[in-house]
Amino acid sequence: MLRYLLRRLALSLPALLGLVLLTFVLSRVVPGDPAAALAGDAATPAQIAEIRGQYGLDRPLAEQALIHLKQVVQGDFGRSIFSGRPVAEEILQRLPATLELTFAALLLASLIGIPLGLIAALHHNGLIDHLVRLMSVGGLAIASFWLAIMLQLVFSMELDILPLRGRLDVALGSPPRLTGFLLPDTLLAGRLDMFLSACRHLVLPAVTLALPGIATIARFTRSGVLETLQKDFVLYARAAGYGRVRLAAIYVLRNAVTVTVTQIGLLFGALISGAVAVEAVFDWPGLGTYAVQAILAADYKALLAVTLVVGVVYAVVNVLVDLAQALIDPRIAGAGR
Amino acid sequence: MRRLLRDPVATLGFGLILLAVFVALFAPWLAPYPDDAFDSHLLQRLRPPSAEFPFGTDNLGRDILSRVILGTRDALTVALAVVGAAMLIGVPVGLVAGWREGWLAELLMRVTDVFLAVPQLILALALGQLMAPGIGTAMLALALTYWPFFARTVFAETRRLRGALFVDALAGIGASPARILLLHVLPNAAPAILVRATIGMGFTILTAALLGFLGVGAAPPSPDWGLMVSEARQHLPEAWWFPTFPGLAIFLLVLGFNLLGDGLRDLADPRLRRSR
Repeated sequence: MLRYLLRRLALSLPALLGLVLLTFVLSRVVPGDPAAALAGDAATPAQIAEIRGQYGLDRPLAEQALIHLKQVVQGDFGRSIFSGRPVAEEILQRLPATLELTFAALLLASLIGIPLGLIAALHHNGLIDHLVRLMSVGGLAIASFWLAIMLQLVFSMELDILPLRGRLDVALGSPPRLTGFLLPDTLLAGRLDMFLSACRHLVLPAVTLALPGIATIARFTRSGVLETLQKDFVLYARAAGYGRVRLAAIYVLRNAVTVTVTQIGLLFGALISGAVAVEAVFDWPGLGTYAVQAILAADYKALLAVTLVVGVVYAVVNVLVDLAQALIDPRIAGAGR
Repeated sequence: MRRLLRDPVATLGFGLILLAVFVALFAPWLAPYPDDAFDSHLLQRLRPPSAEFPFGTDNLGRDILSRVILGTRDALTVALAVVGAAMLIGVPVGLVAGWREGWLAELLMRVTDVFLAVPQLILALALGQLMAPGIGTAMLALALTYWPFFARTVFAETRRLRGALFVDALAGIGASPARILLLHVLPNAAPAILVRATIGMGFTILTAALLGFLGVGAAPPSPDWGLMVSEARQHLPEAWWFPTFPGLAIFLLVLGFNLLGDGLRDLADPRLRRSR
């Protein structure tokens, strides 16, 4: 299993290296002169030149590319052109908020999506099956920013039962920062009121983000279960008198769910994209709002760093997914893909 | 086609798309107030839905029904252009990489992997920003981030067909690789490409709307659905109709493409058809 893990890690390196190169190329196609943008409208040519030297924008391209690679490996993304603070620091501060939201959505999506897909498959071509199928296509057709606004309108503005925006009631202050994840941080601080407030703030964003996930997971669980149900071992197990529920929930699901796990990995990318929209609507202080701010402020260093970090997180998740798959189905690690 | 229409879900999708195409083609005649794409009438701002304005009016007094109708054309054009451009890049890349062995194929697929390694929206945002925001840049960014999906699809199909008996036979009677690829492999890969394109249309409409919503896509006053939802945010909870109808339009059009794509996928993949 360890060898499998190492090989899988090595396989994701070229893509990451390419990503670093891509972000560098991207930063070179900026039509506007970032140094001029930074210096402001009233800057003299001398001031612009000084800034150019300060950020290394006057060196040869190949040298800049190497410096870029070296800095990225060291976790140095430079200073934000907008705030003047190190980008890496700003990203680290915001990453937990996005991850907390994404994991909550992923958990929700799995908890609802897997049973839904299983039930649909067991009632193959029945009413429930058609409903789930329609829902799983429909769930992917809803614009997440629109769903977010609609949920806000109903639950925050009209019914006033859930908070409109943010991660925590401002009046409660904030817990000491240990992990950056609010749910564990508030618990560790022993503040149940804060914990409940954080949970309440998490509900609408997580539900919004989870919906496309529920759709995808339900769909792939359904087709996985349908395929497994046709296998011979299911017939034998039935003949041997295994109960319907036990057979479905334990034996079939375990065999079917490897497909779903792959999808969860692919879904993670979609979730991060969705998080940009959801964070923008709910003022969630994560990477998504950071990216949008960076766009509006033309802060290309920040934006490229976000692109890189998301790419790395995405790669890590996919390695984890492959690992999870190998654990569920040991044949995969042995197959030497 | 006939088999497709036997699937009620796919037929529903096809119907929704036909309706949208009809609305897009005849938008100026169908919209009750076709000038409301750009005109404003501040005296009738934020009116709730009524017989006069079935979807209500927006913050500048424009008829939302008219703007939703007028926005259909842009949404479809953007999606068609993006998916078309992505196909023009992705299909040749997939064909060449799938046919040849060696460094070129490796290089092409590694580049594809790099683009697939970042979530599409983030890449589109970065590209869009770096090239000055606007609907043109947004379209370019979407096309540049969607072609890898075509490359992957066509690559897999080409690899599968390369070993087929009829391809061997064609090579044996002296057909050139270009001829085999364009006249024989490509038509066989067409169903997979079609499915990918249909799903891509829905996906592009969603992402383009999101870019408009975030302020890096279509610019005011164009009747862009995402932009309308974004403008509506400042007028909640009073004007519930303002974000509701543009969002529903996005939903219905994307739903149409997704349902059709779903149906087409079942037709293209007999294995799935059996398990349905």
